[in-house]
Amino acid sequence: MDISILVGGQAGDGIKQSGVILAKIFNELGYRVFVYDDYQSLIRGGHNFSIVRVSDKEVYSHNDHVDLLVALNQDTIEKHKWRTKEIIYDSDKVKSEGKDIPARSWAKEKGSQLLRNSVFIGAICSYTGIGLEVAKNVVKNSFHKMIDENMEALKFGYGSVDKKYEMKKIGEPIEVMTGNEAVARGAAAAGMKLYIAYPMTPSSSILHYLAKNGEKLGVTTVQDENEIGVANMAVGSCFAGVRTMVGTSGGGLALMTETISLCSQSESPVVFVNSQRAGPSTGVPTYTMQADLKFVKNAGHGDVNKLVMAPGDAEESYFFAAKAMNLAWKYQIPVFLLVDKQISESTFSVKVGNVKKEEPRLWDGKGEYQRYKITENGISPLAFPGDVATAKGTSYEHYENGTTTEEPEAVAAMQEKRLRKMEALKEEMKKGETVKVYGKKDAKVTLLTWGSTKGACIEVANQLGLKVVRPLYLEPMPVWELDKHLKGRVIAVEVNATGQLADMLGIKERILKYDGRPFTPGGLRKKLEEIL
Amino acid sequence: MNLETGACNTWCPGCGNFAILASFKKVVEELVKEGRRHEDIVIASGIGCHAKIVDYVNVNSFYSIHGRVPPTISGMKVANPNLTVVGFAGDGDGYGEGVAHLVFAAKRNIDITMIIHNNRIYGLTTGQFSPTTPQGQKTKSTPYGNPEYPLNPIKLMLGAGATFVARTSSFELEHMRQMMKEAVNHRGFAIVDVVEPCLSFFNAGDYIKANTYKMNHDPSDLKKAWEKACEWNYTTEGKIHLGIFYREEKPTFGELLLKGKNLRKS
Repeated sequence: MDISILVGGQAGDGIKQSGVILAKIFNELGYRVFVYDDYQSLIRGGHNFSIVRVSDKEVYSHNDHVDLLVALNQDTIEKHKWRTKEIIYDSDKVKSEGKDIPARSWAKEKGSQLLRNSVFIGAICSYTGIGLEVAKNVVKNSFHKMIDENMEALKFGYGSVDKKYEMKKIGEPIEVMTGNEAVARGAAAAGMKLYIAYPMTPSSSILHYLAKNGEKLGVTTVQDENEIGVANMAVGSCFAGVRTMVGTSGGGLALMTETISLCSQSESPVVFVNSQRAGPSTGVPTYTMQADLKFVKNAGHGDVNKLVMAPGDAEESYFFAAKAMNLAWKYQIPVFLLVDKQISESTFSVKVGNVKKEEPRLWDGKGEYQRYKITENGISPLAFPGDVATAKGTSYEHYENGTTTEEPEAVAAMQEKRLRKMEALKEEMKKGETVKVYGKKDAKVTLLTWGSTKGACIEVANQLGLKVVRPLYLEPMPVWELDKHLKGRVIAVEVNATGQLADMLGIKERILKYDGRPFTPGGLRKKLEEIL
Repeated sequence: MNLETGACNTWCPGCGNFAILASFKKVVEELVKEGRRHEDIVIASGIGCHAKIVDYVNVNSFYSIHGRVPPTISGMKVANPNLTVVGFAGDGDGYGEGVAHLVFAAKRNIDITMIIHNNRIYGLTTGQFSPTTPQGQKTKSTPYGNPEYPLNPIKLMLGAGATFVARTSSFELEHMRQMMKEAVNHRGFAIVDVVEPCLSFFNAGDYIKANTYKMNHDPSDLKKAWEKACEWNYTTEGKIHLGIFYREEKPTFGELLLKGKNLRKS
């Protein structure tokens, strides 16, 4: 079972929410879901659509072909009729082949045009053979007002369409969430108490989610005046002993870059989320790209110590966010979660697991506290203002007590101390999983990819008998592990215009996509078949 | 309590910063004597001559980067409201590079104190004009005279909603101590503009000494504060009023945001 449904309309129609509600309904029946949410940078009008893909197996991407098109406006028909012949449409707004429902006039009579969404959700439930009760429960939990009218709308839609599929309950529900929600919850599970941000698509919903659910999660949110303020406020709160994360997209991270360097020098454990969007510059703000890899890897002047992690879906984002928080504090370095619009704003089935806050090395209280004590592995024990009176953090090169030095021996000793932390981190990385390998292990052709593009790559590799290699960390690059797997013909698959990971690893053959849209398995397969 | 760090002081002989340092140390001693815990005091600085002050006071400190002192200490205060946080900045640092942060810290009335070493010149970069350098002043980057008008930071801060705005002079040790103490004890955003000469690049000491007057108006009178602020626009003429221009009590950002929580202890 693997079916896809596209719901399309204009901004303000509630398309995104319909996609999420459908995902939750299918989740209730034990199916795995992926929802691709496509929207433009405008508030009303334009064209929005969501593709809900439902499967009895795990899914991390959407396909070009869909099994049902649900059109709330004419644009949806014109732009997407190539995807399928199965269409349900609002006959008050749309001229088309397929099954007509006078949803707009019905909804208007009942008091709100937004009721159209429930009409079509009801229709989809009937079409896919799902009992109305499941839908009713999900819709009840998703809305705060007009519950009765929404129930009526579901019923009206349900009665308007005939059954085509027979989707039975196949398992127990898990959770359904966006990558951004997963990042927020993972970091909170590992002790994040403060989230600071300046709004920027596609990272903003981390702020929204935490602002709304902060009380429950024990997280306070601050929207600061700009990204420079955001990053420096995080440095201050970390210095005072509070686990802090900041979130932004490429342009905002560019403003934070000076502070990234400060984090390295002052050993401030700030976790940065960079949700990539199509650049350069303003680019295509609400569309996806994996083009900040070189930037994030190199961000910061001087020999900056940092860790860059690249989850590929929401579930990984949850666990990676927790790990990012714990590693940032253990090694006292800035840690980056490099996600993208495709992860941040798509909706996935997620199994959250047990993660917890791991305590960093704390000062033992003996003698006078020195913030930058030179140790064998480079990690100086932590103590905070409030507990001690001699915690001196600094951007300047320094002695162990944090006061300024320009003496050559002292300068070199501190540089070496910080480098030893990175060696210790690498040793820890070597003991764990740093590279994921999927597909046929002895295949002659290997696809090298990273982040969200794993979804399309794994699916196509399974179809064509290929291998997929994907680093989970991009700085330090786990070359010790990658070298073992990048043998034979290697083709890099990335959503950027130059092949940034391929450049770093010296891979010549590349399949790149840079139109702001992610690879679909079908689209990638076609490209591969041209060259294999 | 020993406030010496043993770090070698590298300010120019005769610099007003020595007076600021001495006054601030007195304030710390008094605060501790009055019951504030030494451990709960944190200071921070940006980049410039002023910034070295963190090396010279044995309290918790953070030597931040240019212009970013307000967000740095705001982060500390949000993390742990028990802390008393005092930021030091120069005129280039606070009124130039990081002016947006200063405006927003004042706007949200976060309970922090900013002390500005305002010598009206860039000192550590060897003498370029700053946001408060008078128009016409010859500096290294304006050898034929500064083509810009100076910013009046008192007016800026009053406009931004600062709830404590004061000015003092590095020639007035006792007054400086008083202003700093009042600022630190103020519940909300406090700023003290310390007018001082730069002996190496803009020695306006004689002018400052000859034109300073102590104010004595009701500091809750915003109109009066504005009038007094307008009497000197950081030019080469006018009355340099010293004292508290404006003081107002209203809920702080931390109180409204945290509602009694302490993130450090949660």
